[in-house]
Amino acid sequence: MSAVVSSSVTPPGGQRRKVSRFNSGLTRALIAEVGAVILTVFTWAGLRTFQNSLEIGAPGPQIALGIEIALGLLVLIVPAYGARAIVRSRQARHLAFERRILDARAAAEDSRDDVLWVVGLGLVAAIVANGTFFLAGHHARVRSVLFNWDLIWRFRVALFHGFVWNVKLFLVAEVLVLVWALFVAVIRQLPGRAFGPIRVIAIVYADVFRGIPTIIVIYLIVFGFPLAGVEPFASHMSPNTQLFWLGTLSLVLVYGAYVAEVYRSGLEGVHWSQSAAARSLGLSQWQTLRHVVIPQAVRRILPPLLNDFVALQKDTALVGLVGLAEILNISSILKSQTFNLSPVTGAAAFFLIVTIPFTRLVDYLIKRDKARTQAG
Amino acid sequence: MSTFLELIDVHKYFGDNEVLRGVSLGVEEHQVVCLIGPSGCGKSTLLRCVNALEMIQQGEIRLDGERVSGRGVDLNALRQDVGIVFQSFNLFPHMSVLDNVTLAPTKVLKLHQSDAVDRAHALLDRIGMWEKRDDYPDRLSGGQQQRVAIVRALAMQPRLMLLDEITSALDPELVAEVLTLVGELAREGMTMLIATHEMGFARDVASKVVFLYAGQIEEAGPPDQMFRDPHSERTRTFLRSIIEAKRM
Ligand SMILES: Nc1ncnc2c1ncn2[C@@H]1O[C@H](COP(=O)(O)OP(=O)(O)OP(=O)(O)O)[C@@H](O)[C@H]1O
Ligand SMILES: [Mg+2]
Repeated sequence: MSAVVSSSVTPPGGQRRKVSRFNSGLTRALIAEVGAVILTVFTWAGLRTFQNSLEIGAPGPQIALGIEIALGLLVLIVPAYGARAIVRSRQARHLAFERRILDARAAAEDSRDDVLWVVGLGLVAAIVANGTFFLAGHHARVRSVLFNWDLIWRFRVALFHGFVWNVKLFLVAEVLVLVWALFVAVIRQLPGRAFGPIRVIAIVYADVFRGIPTIIVIYLIVFGFPLAGVEPFASHMSPNTQLFWLGTLSLVLVYGAYVAEVYRSGLEGVHWSQSAAARSLGLSQWQTLRHVVIPQAVRRILPPLLNDFVALQKDTALVGLVGLAEILNISSILKSQTFNLSPVTGAAAFFLIVTIPFTRLVDYLIKRDKARTQAG
Repeated sequence: MSTFLELIDVHKYFGDNEVLRGVSLGVEEHQVVCLIGPSGCGKSTLLRCVNALEMIQQGEIRLDGERVSGRGVDLNALRQDVGIVFQSFNLFPHMSVLDNVTLAPTKVLKLHQSDAVDRAHALLDRIGMWEKRDDYPDRLSGGQQQRVAIVRALAMQPRLMLLDEITSALDPELVAEVLTLVGELAREGMTMLIATHEMGFARDVASKVVFLYAGQIEEAGPPDQMFRDPHSERTRTFLRSIIEAKRM
């Protein structure tokens, strides 16, 4: 019946356009539902094992049961989506039977969306279930050795006092790094032959300090300087103060090398014609840097710079390895006293409290900046 | 009165590559001189030498009788007198349209912010962009960006404008609005040195057309003669190639 139309469109010997096949996705939905039910049972089993482990191992906080029940109920969403997928694909079948093919396809698409939800949420449920099994494993040893909430809570003040050192370390080091790295970056940018030798020194510095493991720099400086009697780090300071300043120096030297590179690539990343445009308007070299190049460079610099700062915040823990009474050091003393690693977990939590908001803030700043200067 | 802008036997090297090979050229006040020539012949380089974005190795450039090339020249003062607009990347992407226009008047001429805004207001009104003063360049069309770039140079009240193929990065339908603005400036008596591939435009506005070939001036003359009856075979070949390219 379509011969008249198709003869004009199809090439000689071509086939008639096939009626496109319709798939209601019922099989898919059924498989998803079976998987969802299995996962739900698995998750419940995991939660149950976890609950039991609370009685054998160190007791957990009372809210644990509430959370478990909430998770146990939430996981029911997965089979619910599976069920709706089945209903929708049966609807699709029905509609197809009535020759309402477009509606049928729409219903099949809805069914497929539900199946995607089953897969997506199912993965989450699988992770939760495995996590609970893992924590409850070995007669609850994993949980009680690594995540003993009571121990963490009991030592919170000692940990906090240690963490104050870390905060001081990274605050002081970050300010110094900003200034020091800018100095190094500017030296590397100095034009002309006269500055050749000093440029070479800046390059060697960056290569050397980016090439040595941070912990080795810290060892050499923190142990080496006092041993060699280097002023002003000699013994008239209190041990912790001395360790603090030597640690800061080490971190500044290492991170200064990284951040100098960040600055440099940021400045070089601004298209040269931007400077040309500014200079051609009569702006001086300094005005060009100040009003045109640096504001654009900062945008590029900010993400890698703040990433380096997160790394610096974490590396303050290395100064504990050489004796400063910072949080890792404190927690490892507590570990030896209690034969339990939970204080170290507590130390990790302290870092997260600082680093997670910090990284979120970075992302937010980047997004806001993009929204402001780019076409919407 | 001496020639307003004068290039005397200008040589420019990039390393061993001699890009300008003894260019001598004069631009009188209120004249519009169009530079044409094949890609790579040195048009951009010549313009950039005039406002000292590039140094020349030999010869001399004079503006209003004063040497403006070589050592000892006050570059910032020179550039206040000579505005330049490039093919692209002119505007500062991190500043609004208004800030782009008022930056140099406030920082270089030390105008009060309000005076600079008044000046910008008049200029942006002229190109119908005052309403868009708070927009960032990325939101503007290419033609709007180029017109703002021209106006930004004008805000410094330069005595000479250099335009380097300011329409060649634009979509064809945006070319006219930019050329119209330049034509108006020409009629108002702005002295300009313009590198362009738009032959029709050159014929309309130029007082003189200069054909640059491999870093040398092959031929120069009034537009009528240059386009209708070029003396040099090279000029003829070049113009023919442009016309053929346009047809295709
Ligand atoms: N910064 C530079 N360093 C080295 N060589 C350069 C530089 N700028 C331009 N050149 C060279 O100088 C020559 C002339 O370039 P120029 O940009 O002045 O040509 P043009 O006439 O403007 O060409 P177009 O029409 O393509 O813009 C080219 O061979 C180019 O490779
Ligand atoms: Mg060019």
